[in-house]
This record gives sequence, structure tokens and C-alpha cells, in this order.
Amino acid sequence: MSFTKESAEKIQNLIGKFQDKPGALLPLMHGIQDALGFVPEEAYPLISKAYQLSIAEIHGFVTFYHHFRRKPSGKNILHICRAESCQSMGAEKIEQYCKDKLDIDYHDTTSDGAITLEPIYCLGNCACSPAVMINEKVLGRVTPNMIDKIIERAKENS
Amino acid sequence: MSYKIYIPTDSTSLSLGADEVFEAVQREAIQRNISLEIVRNGSRGLFWLEPLIEVETKTGRLAYGPVTVDDVRALFDAEFFAGKGHALCHGLTEEIEWLKKQERLTFARAGISDPLNLNDYLNLGGFRGLKNAINLKPNEIVKTVTDSGLRGRGGAAFPTGIKWQTVHDTLSQKKYIVCNADEGDSGTYSDRMIMENDPFVLIEGMVIAGLAVGADQGYIYLRSEYPDALKVLNKAIDLAKEKGYLGDKILGTDFNFELEVTRAAGAYICGEETSLLESLEGKRGMVRYKPPLPAIEGLYGKPTVVNNVITLASIPIILDKGSKYYADYGMGRSKGTLPIQLAGNLKKTGLIEKAFGITLRELIYDFGGGSATGRPIKAVQVGGPLGAFIPESQFDMPMDYETFAKVNAVVGHGGIVAFDDTVDMAKMARYSFEFCAIESCGKCTPCRIGSTRGMEVIDKIKAGVEVNKNEKLLRDLADTMVSGSLCAMGGMTPFPVISALNFFPNDFGLEKTDTKA
Repeated sequence: MSFTKESAEKIQNLIGKFQDKPGALLPLMHGIQDALGFVPEEAYPLISKAYQLSIAEIHGFVTFYHHFRRKPSGKNILHICRAESCQSMGAEKIEQYCKDKLDIDYHDTTSDGAITLEPIYCLGNCACSPAVMINEKVLGRVTPNMIDKIIERAKENS
Repeated sequence: MSYKIYIPTDSTSLSLGADEVFEAVQREAIQRNISLEIVRNGSRGLFWLEPLIEVETKTGRLAYGPVTVDDVRALFDAEFFAGKGHALCHGLTEEIEWLKKQERLTFARAGISDPLNLNDYLNLGGFRGLKNAINLKPNEIVKTVTDSGLRGRGGAAFPTGIKWQTVHDTLSQKKYIVCNADEGDSGTYSDRMIMENDPFVLIEGMVIAGLAVGADQGYIYLRSEYPDALKVLNKAIDLAKEKGYLGDKILGTDFNFELEVTRAAGAYICGEETSLLESLEGKRGMVRYKPPLPAIEGLYGKPTVVNNVITLASIPIILDKGSKYYADYGMGRSKGTLPIQLAGNLKKTGLIEKAFGITLRELIYDFGGGSATGRPIKAVQVGGPLGAFIPESQFDMPMDYETFAKVNAVVGHGGIVAFDDTVDMAKMARYSFEFCAIESCGKCTPCRIGSTRGMEVIDKIKAGVEVNKNEKLLRDLADTMVSGSLCAMGGMTPFPVISALNFFPNDFGLEKTDTKA
């Protein structure tokens, strides 16, 4: 995806929206990612100029947080919980099953652009491990069978 | 006639299909021409029975669960909506032993009604604490909290009243109340449950905190992994504002308090209070040096109360019923109740609020019902990824801050993750280092470098390379991290590692009687 004029406008609007807000970078980056799906580097100089921050400070901020993506994701994002509770209920098998089935590793996107696979460290669904999250929907007591359905639906959705 | 039933919206219930069950129930009711009033309530935390449908009857609410979409037709055939029997019926919800044996103070309301129904909140005792607080002097509110013995439920267990007193006593035009809702510990979900199932109690607790210390601005720093909680909190804040519980001139007084939710961005370290404050200020979440304490120089350099969700949500009942009522629960210096979360490999997982002093064995077996896989439980990890692994031999320890500290374990945020005998403890120890390496803020060397070196040393031990020498090295590294790290991230990562090494040396390929090199 190339950086379009529309993207630049969206970013400028968001920069304006949070201009006077204390701690603006956090809501601003969420806003950019919600609008564009990721935080493009082309946003840095725009933010730098408006907020009097160096490019290095902005880059340092974005890269500190796991949530912010620096490249576009697939149409759907599948998060696999890797934390202890899920491990105790076989999360590693689910993890491997997803990687094999999608033929990608963590942080990669399937060649058809349908699914990006990401690790996550706790979804707060530890009473029903193992858990995964597809986009913003959390699923508990996940089985390979359920993963098949999630993937099938995600592929239809793209 | 119309029947009233309840289907939860808690995100764990939803993760098990509560929305799909709700839709199926609606469809079936329309087809059969049965008039149903369906309340979308929160969850009471009996997650082993979720999705749990409750039916209102003359004698109380009946529980049916766990209900899947495939069960719905049979439930209607049995006329469950009229309170009639079915294999999934567990009798009156409040008579279920698992729930009945609990002491619910902070969670008194969770799951009973629609979390966003302010009238229900009031009818169930909501805002009584705030109304009492308004008639007290700030110092008297702080004293009530101090006398209750409440300690920070986020994990550090610092006395809440003393923290508030410091902020109260520090002169400043501007002060802040910050709620730490960055619940990142695996095995914990009580913060999430409060925010999704009883959001007004958190708002009430924060307003009381503001009154007590003289703060007019609050922030809830909420982890980005909780999108459902975000929606509920934002709606609850709007509703509270409309009714004068937030904003200007609260309940007709001269007290103003603004509250907003800030979405975090997936950094575990931001659960550490100074890192959280940096993040709120729009910076990398790098841990600050202490002193100065946040209570004196916190957010934007101003005096700031930073409290965990459960701590703040426990305030209203203390102000409502008095410090003695709360302090009468618990043991020793651990007063009140602890919302304990059963997680991982257990049959009956969920939220158990009990006075301090209950033993791990009671929790794991009497409440938890043993492992979900039916195999023996080898160890539990209490207090999240920085908590020690606890073997069977210590299961009779009571849950109490001091008892746990004596054996280098932590109660933390009260999460218990159980593992059966298939777990490889050396692998879990390696994971502790791996997690620390991924989540370290990088400011101090023991944490930043030590975590990666720790993984390598465990790999060498497992591969049988100079085993004795490397075991000694691992213990040295742990010492360095415990003594030399800036915060609990590096300072406590050795807890799970060394407990795994001490209690399960065989998993590392070591003999217990190994002579030191």
C-alpha cells in the first residue's frame, strides 16, 4: 500500500484533534492505526513538525509498544495467547497448528493477505484456556477444529 | 405471561459463545411464541458453568449451564424459562456451593444485573460509600482506608491508606488519581471482570480517592487487549456524568472530578507504576528511578495516587460499611478479602473472593476440582509471570502476603495457574526469561541483558554442557537480577526460575544432591 494523500489527510486531522491533549502520542498512534491499520513512517515528519518532537522520539515511541504495527497487516489478525495459563492447556499445540496450517510464522501474513498471525501475552481469558483472538473477538477453550473454522471464515472475509 | 432470564456479556462468557446462545434463545422464543425478557447481565465468575443462563423464579434465580447453542432447543422443550428441571440445571445460583462458600465484598454485585444499569447499581448499594465520603473530611476518608488495612491488590501490597496520606499531605494545585488497569499477568482477570461487570464501583472508588486526596482528574490506564472493557467503561463514564456522579459539582457539592480511559498499547512493563506514568505522558514506558515516589512527583510531576482496579473497587464498600467491617476479614497483616482467580489446568475455574487465609489446597481441589486433564497437579504459579512456582509440598500454605513472602513466593494479583504432571519446568523457567527479554523496558542492565543470558544458560544446562558450572552461573545471575534491577520485572523474574530449579531439578537434568562445581 502506498502512502496516499488521503492517508496524509487522515493523519493531519488526528494530529490536530490531539494537539492540545496531554500525553497526545498514545491516543494519536491508536487513532492512526485504527484509521490506516498501521502506523506508516511517513507519519513521523508530520507529527514531528506539529508536536515539536524529533523523528527519533516518535520512532522510539512506536517501536516500544507491541500493539503498534509498522507495516500493513492482513485483512484479519489472529492473536494466539502464549502466556502460562494457556500453555498449561496446550497453547503450544494450537500455536504450531496455526503456523503449519497457515504456513507462516509469527508477525507474518498469508500470501493471499487474509490473515496475519501474532503472539499475545494474556487476553484475560485464563479461566478458559487456551485462548485466541480473531480481530477483536476472543475465543476460549480453543481446539484445532475451531481454528479450522476461524481460518475458513477469515479467508471468506478477505 | 412473560418470563425473565439472564444471559451474560462478560468477555469470557462471550468467548464461549454467550452471544450465539442469546441469539438462539431469542429465535426459539419467537418461534414458540413465548414472551421472554432477556437481561444481558455480567458474569458472577463461575466460568466452568459459562455460558450460564439464569431464570428468575419466585424462590430466586435458577442456574443453567454451561449452555451451548445445541442445548437451546432441549432447554425450551423442558420449559427451562418457567424454572423447570433439565440436566443443565444447578438449582438456585446462590445456593451453588462454589459461590455460596465465598465472601464477596468487592464483587458483591458482579453478575447480578446489567453492568450499565445505574438504577440497578443504586438498588444494590451503589454510591452509598461516596455519599458517606462526602460528609467526611478528606483526612477522615484517608483514615478509614488506612484503618481497613487495605493493601494494594495489584501485587505490591503497599498499604493504600499510607499512599493516600502521602498524596493528601503533599501540597499541590493539581493532583491525579490513576487507575492501573494494565492487568497483564497470566492467570488474572479480576480487573477485567470488575470493569466489564461492575464498572460503576470502580468509578465510585476513584471519585472517593479524588475527594480524599484533593485530586480533580482521574485516568484509567487500560490494556489494549481488553476491547470489551473499554466499551463498557466509556459508556459507564458517560452515564455517571449524566447523573452527576462525575464532572462538575458532584452530588451538589463543590467537588469536581473528571475521568477518562486511556488505551495502553500492549507493553507488559507499563503495569509497573512509573512506567505507566511515562506511557500516560505519551512517552516510551521506561521505568523511572524511585525516589521521588509517584505519590509526591507522579504524573506530569504532580502528586499522584496510582492504584490497581481491585484496590479502587474495594474502596466503596469500606466507606459504606466502615473500616472495621472490612478489616474483620483476613488474617495477620493481610486484611479483608482477595479476589482469587483460578486459571489454567483446573476443572472449575473462575473468580473466588475469600478472606485471606484460605489454603492453596482448598482453592485448587475444593474449589478447582483438581486438574482439567485428570492428571496429577505438579505445580501452580501464583501471582503472574513473576510469581514463584509452588509444588505440592507447599499447597497447605494459607494465602497471606507474609506467609508467601517467607518462601520467596508472592500472592501478587491473586491469579493461580495450575499445571499437570506433563509440564516441563525447565521449559517454564526458560519461558520466564524469554518473557522478560520480550517485555523488559531496557533501562537497567540486569533485566535487559540478564534475561537473554538466562535463556542461554538454561539451554546449556538442558543440553548437558558443564551442568554444575552453569547451574552456579544461573544462581549467580538470579542474584544479580534480584539485587540489581530497577523494578519488579528484572527483580522478580528469577522467582519462577529459581523455584523451578529448586523444586524440579530433574526437569533440568540435575540431581537434587548435585555437588556444586
